[in-house]
Amino acid sequence: MDLRDLYQEVILDHSRHPRNAGRLAEPSGTAKGHNPLCGDLITLDVLVKDGVIRNVSFDARGCAISVATASIMSDMLKGKTLEEAHDLFRRFQQMLTGPDAEADGLDKLEVLAGVREFPMRVKCATLPFHTLRAALDNEPGTVQTE
Amino acid sequence: MNAPAGQNPEILAARDDFPLLARPMHGRPLAFLDSAASAQKPRAVLDGLRDFYESEYANVHRGVYLLSAQATDRYEAARETVRRFLNAGRAEEIVFTRGATEAINLVAETLGRSGRLEPDDEIVLTVLEHHSNIVPWQLMRDATGVRIHAAAADQDGNVDVEAVFREVTDRTQLIAFSHVSNTTGTVLPAREICHRARERGILTLVDGCQAVPHAAVDVQDLACDFYTFSGHKLYGPSGIGALYGRLDLLTSLPPWQGGGSMIEEVTFERTTYAPPPARYEAGTPNIAGAVGLAAAIDYVQRFGSENIQRHESVVLKYGVDRLQAVDGVRLIGTPRHRAGSISFVMDDVHPHDVGTVLDREGVAVRVGHHCAQPAMRHFDVPATIRASLGIYTHASDFDALVEGLGKAKALFQP
Repeated sequence: MDLRDLYQEVILDHSRHPRNAGRLAEPSGTAKGHNPLCGDLITLDVLVKDGVIRNVSFDARGCAISVATASIMSDMLKGKTLEEAHDLFRRFQQMLTGPDAEADGLDKLEVLAGVREFPMRVKCATLPFHTLRAALDNEPGTVQTE
Repeated sequence: MNAPAGQNPEILAARDDFPLLARPMHGRPLAFLDSAASAQKPRAVLDGLRDFYESEYANVHRGVYLLSAQATDRYEAARETVRRFLNAGRAEEIVFTRGATEAINLVAETLGRSGRLEPDDEIVLTVLEHHSNIVPWQLMRDATGVRIHAAAADQDGNVDVEAVFREVTDRTQLIAFSHVSNTTGTVLPAREICHRARERGILTLVDGCQAVPHAAVDVQDLACDFYTFSGHKLYGPSGIGALYGRLDLLTSLPPWQGGGSMIEEVTFERTTYAPPPARYEAGTPNIAGAVGLAAAIDYVQRFGSENIQRHESVVLKYGVDRLQAVDGVRLIGTPRHRAGSISFVMDDVHPHDVGTVLDREGVAVRVGHHCAQPAMRHFDVPATIRASLGIYTHASDFDALVEGLGKAKALFQP
């Protein structure tokens, strides 16, 4: 597999100019995620109202894969129900680590399918989702990938 | 690029002794620049292990049969090899451990239980330490109430004697530090630190993991009280390492783990313990590991530690010069004395992404915090890229690295 399949232009663009970067003024949930292997750190805020995600924002210090995932993910989450958000994470994990690389219903996240071929980098892509899940549950502490 | 002058032809040829280095990586020649994490193994070690298992293996210090006697001889001969390697005064001062991490835990735990330390006593570390020379002391602190101080490094990554002794007070009982930093490659002034500590009655522990592969070490000249290294970073097998401890200390500290070999007499009322080194080697030891470690030491000593040091300093300087000439590369640590490792970051590209690009070019480097998070905070970077060398590293490996960095730059920079 070519590196260009991993680092597609869309991914590079999101990593250079992450959408929804920053912090929310009044989030309903906040979580910190940390990948102790590489030092990637993300703080993610969510605003949930009536079971629907109204807004997502994040502050990330990390590699292109984790920042791009956070950026694309945050764009896609707005307007989704909690159930839909959890389902998206399940499908995303399936695409990266499942027995076959199914990308059904992943929409823009499909550009990250190439991460599957780089097992050492899967955790970079899943860190934002793990952090999202903790933010939705508003869990205290820091989510670790290890 | 032209090969740098001053390389040792015999050491240049050493690469052929390491079978793994012939393995192509992603269709390219392997440029293995991660020896500080773990070094590759020469045929002498691989053959030595196989020969030992095929012809002399049995448990040690137990059987009356010939094989057990031979295996015991080989195990104790390995101890003597380590003693000579470190120029310790006596073989009893060498304890085999799983590695340096276990050795530091052994010292921290037994010292903590020895009754020598009182709450509010102090120990001094440095900001450059690997987690294995921080966390064991924190566990000991939790058990004893001692306080931990960390000596500062300057912006170039030097740790001066003065910086260490600024942290020393009348309550300081121990100074523990790396001989060579695994992150910046800084060579610490170990001799000066240990001599000054000894004058003040302060114990010293030196973590020599990143030093022994690159230079001769003499524990008597250093005047340290404890010295440790891991075999796998010295071209030996994983799971074996050694602790040097001054005999009077090893004799007076309490035993560490309990089990076979470390006892004299056991009753249910009371057990008496064997003198060192057996006192600290409970259970069946890593017998073949010790034999393999001795084979690795014999291997490097064929070249001579001073020759290795001279040769590697030429290759390392070549690497530093080449990296410094790359636009957008910033070295993390530019110490006055460097051995083994070069850490750096690159503008606009995260180390993790650099590592993936380099891998595809056949270049193996370590990216991340190198188990030294306080050092990362000191330099205010979350992670670095680290290129580290071994006896088999050629200048051309750094050429491949620099070429790979060019590809990373082309891919990521807008």
